Amino acid sequence: MTDIAIVDYGMGNLRSVSKALEHVAPQASIVVTSDPDILRGAGRVVVPGQGAMPDCLRELDARGLRGAVLEAAAGKPFLGICIGLQMLFERSEEGDIPGLGILPGRVRRFAAPAKTDADGYRLKVPHMGWNQVRQTLDHPLWQGIPGDARFYFVHSYYVETADTESVAACSAYPLAFTCAVARDNIFAVQFHPEKSHEAGLTLLRNFVCWAPRSYTNGRIRNLSAQDAASDSILLNSDPTCSSFPQSTSKMASAYA
Amino acid sequence: MGLAKRIIPCLDVTNGRVVKGVNFTELRDAGDPVEISRRYDEQGADELTFLDITASSDDRDLILHIVEEVAAQVFIPLTVGGGVRQVADVRRLLNAGADKVSINTSAVQNPQLVADAAERYGAQCIVVAIDAKRVGDIGGAPPRWEVFTHGGRKATGLDVIAWARKMQSLGAGEILLTSMDSDGTRLGFDLALTRAVADAVDVPVIASGGVGNLQHLAEGVLQGRADAVLAASIFHYGEYTIQQAKAYMAQQGIEVRL
Repeated sequence: MTDIAIVDYGMGNLRSVSKALEHVAPQASIVVTSDPDILRGAGRVVVPGQGAMPDCLRELDARGLRGAVLEAAAGKPFLGICIGLQMLFERSEEGDIPGLGILPGRVRRFAAPAKTDADGYRLKVPHMGWNQVRQTLDHPLWQGIPGDARFYFVHSYYVETADTESVAACSAYPLAFTCAVARDNIFAVQFHPEKSHEAGLTLLRNFVCWAPRSYTNGRIRNLSAQDAASDSILLNSDPTCSSFPQSTSKMASAYA
Repeated sequence: MGLAKRIIPCLDVTNGRVVKGVNFTELRDAGDPVEISRRYDEQGADELTFLDITASSDDRDLILHIVEEVAAQVFIPLTVGGGVRQVADVRRLLNAGADKVSINTSAVQNPQLVADAAERYGAQCIVVAIDAKRVGDIGGAPPRWEVFTHGGRKATGLDVIAWARKMQSLGAGEILLTSMDSDGTRLGFDLALTRAVADAVDVPVIASGGVGNLQHLAEGVLQGRADAVLAASIFHYGEYTIQQAKAYMAQQGIEVRL
């Protein structure tokens, strides 16, 4: 069985994601695939993505992958990266198109570049480089990553979530924006863990070890309302994966 | 709290080795690209840039193998440039593990390449490299800069500021700006050039050419308003480590990733 499937829909640099996962999980079977059946059979799914969201969704549909991605998001450890985060939401300003609608909220462009940053410099878009990530939720995927650690970003759009409970981290450019979300078996980030050195590799290692409650014995099942309400816990018996704290929201005060 | 200014070591690669040119003539061997990449990664480099200066197209595949090998060991962004002529070249480099591809001469010969590549792979992975030479500032006239191509050998008649804006409008996600006047001098960036371009475009600008000490790096950000600073020789020959460069910049009040 495939342990980790990386969804290949013809956009962006998938090699970086697979190389980083191979580095943190050398024993795992990791495939880059555009085959919906392989996605359905995989233990974990990663949806990367670069470029423009309208193109990404079009390519996803052209390969018949939408259904398999929706199923993965509904029932197995799921990691979205960059556009893989943005496409989870209801709507994007980029092309003014609907997203997958898994999470409530929309995707917006950074304000007019004529705006200046805190030092009076012209605000550059894309937001490109290493920015601090303030964790606003205790979550297994943050284990071992210091607060305000820097991750590598490159994007012109950001998510504005309607459900603050799912915000897992914020960054500032220059205003605070959501850069990570978590709900049940879904964890999705705006930055690129595969390009974020130690902090990024730690996050990927945590993902490989992560077993949310709704996921058991490698089998996919639909989330019940009860599952959805419960906290994530760790089921993996791998000794390298130690236990994680329960998730609690501390979003409210993070950027007060 | 905010975005850090980036320090980017640049590796000029030919025949599988890192070299450092002195005014594009004598090339000094600086070592194995994979080994050097690992060292800079350990030192905390924010990105790495590889410029393939291989003369013959037969040897172009060498850079792909190098990028593949580096990408399997170094988990920071990699930019690769040199000899990129068509969208297929962009794809090959991205597939090999590059995160961004830098286009220089071909952008002038065929600006549509920048638009096509950005359309296909996204502006975030398309860097346009501009080699700029100062013209017409004799006798107190305001400085102007002209775009040169072919490793600085060919004048184009294009104004650097107008060109940078055009490249942004076609889809460049970043500008790698090299001053040909400063390159190899170790006297610092052309700060007026850096500032003029940084103020003219909305995409990030990487300052390049002329770094001889750590103060030059800080000046590129503080006076040139560059989003990132690129240097080669001060790092290759062990004069300074990336940590030393970052510590110095932090002392100057610049936000860096430590």
